[in-house]
Amino acid sequence: MNKIFNSAEEALQGIENGMTLMLGGFGLCGIPENSILELVRKKTTNLTCISNNAGVDDFGIGLLLQTKQVKKMIASYVGENAEFERQLLSGELEVDLIPQGTLATRCMMAGYGIPAFYTPAGVGTEVELNKEKRIFNNKEYLMEYAFDSDFAIVKAWKADPHGNLVFRATSRNFNPLMAMAGKITIAEVEEIVPLGTLSPDEIHTPGIYVNRIFKGEHFEKRIEQLTTRKK
Amino acid sequence: MPLSKEQIAQRIAKELKDGFYVNLGIGIPTLVANYIPNNIEVVLQSENGLLGMGPFPFEGEQDADLINAGKQTITTVSGSAFFDSAMSFGMIRSGRVDLTVLGAMEVSQNGDIANWKIPGKMVKGMGGAMDLVASAKNIIVAMQHTNKAGESKLLKFCSLPLTGKSCVKKVVTELGVFLVENNHFILLERAADVSIDEIISKTEGQLIISEEVKIIE
Repeated sequence: MNKIFNSAEEALQGIENGMTLMLGGFGLCGIPENSILELVRKKTTNLTCISNNAGVDDFGIGLLLQTKQVKKMIASYVGENAEFERQLLSGELEVDLIPQGTLATRCMMAGYGIPAFYTPAGVGTEVELNKEKRIFNNKEYLMEYAFDSDFAIVKAWKADPHGNLVFRATSRNFNPLMAMAGKITIAEVEEIVPLGTLSPDEIHTPGIYVNRIFKGEHFEKRIEQLTTRKK
Repeated sequence: MPLSKEQIAQRIAKELKDGFYVNLGIGIPTLVANYIPNNIEVVLQSENGLLGMGPFPFEGEQDADLINAGKQTITTVSGSAFFDSAMSFGMIRSGRVDLTVLGAMEVSQNGDIANWKIPGKMVKGMGGAMDLVASAKNIIVAMQHTNKAGESKLLKFCSLPLTGKSCVKKVVTELGVFLVENNHFILLERAADVSIDEIISKTEGQLIISEEVKIIE
């Protein structure tokens, strides 16, 4: 078994116009930046992107917005992207804003094989429109569906040839959840280690969920809000 | 004098108790971390996947893989733990987080909160706020008392799209501390040199003045 692909170009084969993609990351942290650059190069259009955020104007998913490759964005917070806001307010871009915990759980449930679940997030707000509502223990809940996506593209720290993944610090965020949720899951990683190097105890995503891995050519790892204190 | 943002944060920090797990939102709430009393231990939750959030890193020691929910570079502390976003909201939804502090554009007297959207003008998204307010046991809002146009943000009814219903327990503004109870704001404390008349005039929602209004120290 070998899931290693030599490049982003090879690993992203089969992604076609009009498909639904999950893209891991929170803000710019833990985003599959090499894959996004490859999507820009490939010029795949009419994409539906499921991602917590939409990048910034010139990095991350923001790049796909600049080139108008995204038809619909499913996200929870899009505040740092002026082009996104412009396309949204002008109606060029379809947008589904959903609560962050709901977004995460809709990914997870796809990987757990559970089609729907109930959550209190959004009760009494416009999020509840057209959703089934049920009461459990005197509290209202909304039914939310597991996501259905053609590809999930995630960023991991390390992978072995079986596709076992390890994430680092808060770049874990949505990545292990989306890794479980794609019909085909692609992981771009900083390092591919030999089989047996990762302890079974430390693996965050078992390789059964991961179809393709490749080592990212370059990781800029841009910081969105650099905040430091003086020594 | 009305309270500064730092003083609002300082006042909210007095609500912290030893052993609390606390989620601090973006803006004034983030500043609360600077005023945690030395004699208690509080664990800060950052909903992007960290328990045990430490201070900002020293210059040059920042790590792009280590940020908080406001996307700021941060550090860990002894006892920190990382987890994915589903687990993060699992601990929020199942009521493990003792206190949530967040900002708001509007709060109504029945505890509704609006902080994610101004139709036609601003759409940033709700992020984790809807999950937090739907499940948190104790929600304190930290905000300015009035908006840029000078209009009250403590209202009878919210005019903006809601983030959550009947969930805010307390509001701390530059003018005072307000309990949200039985469809009223109850003034508990006021900033020194801010008159009760001023607070009444700047509060659109039903306001009850408690018998003994303390001065915020």
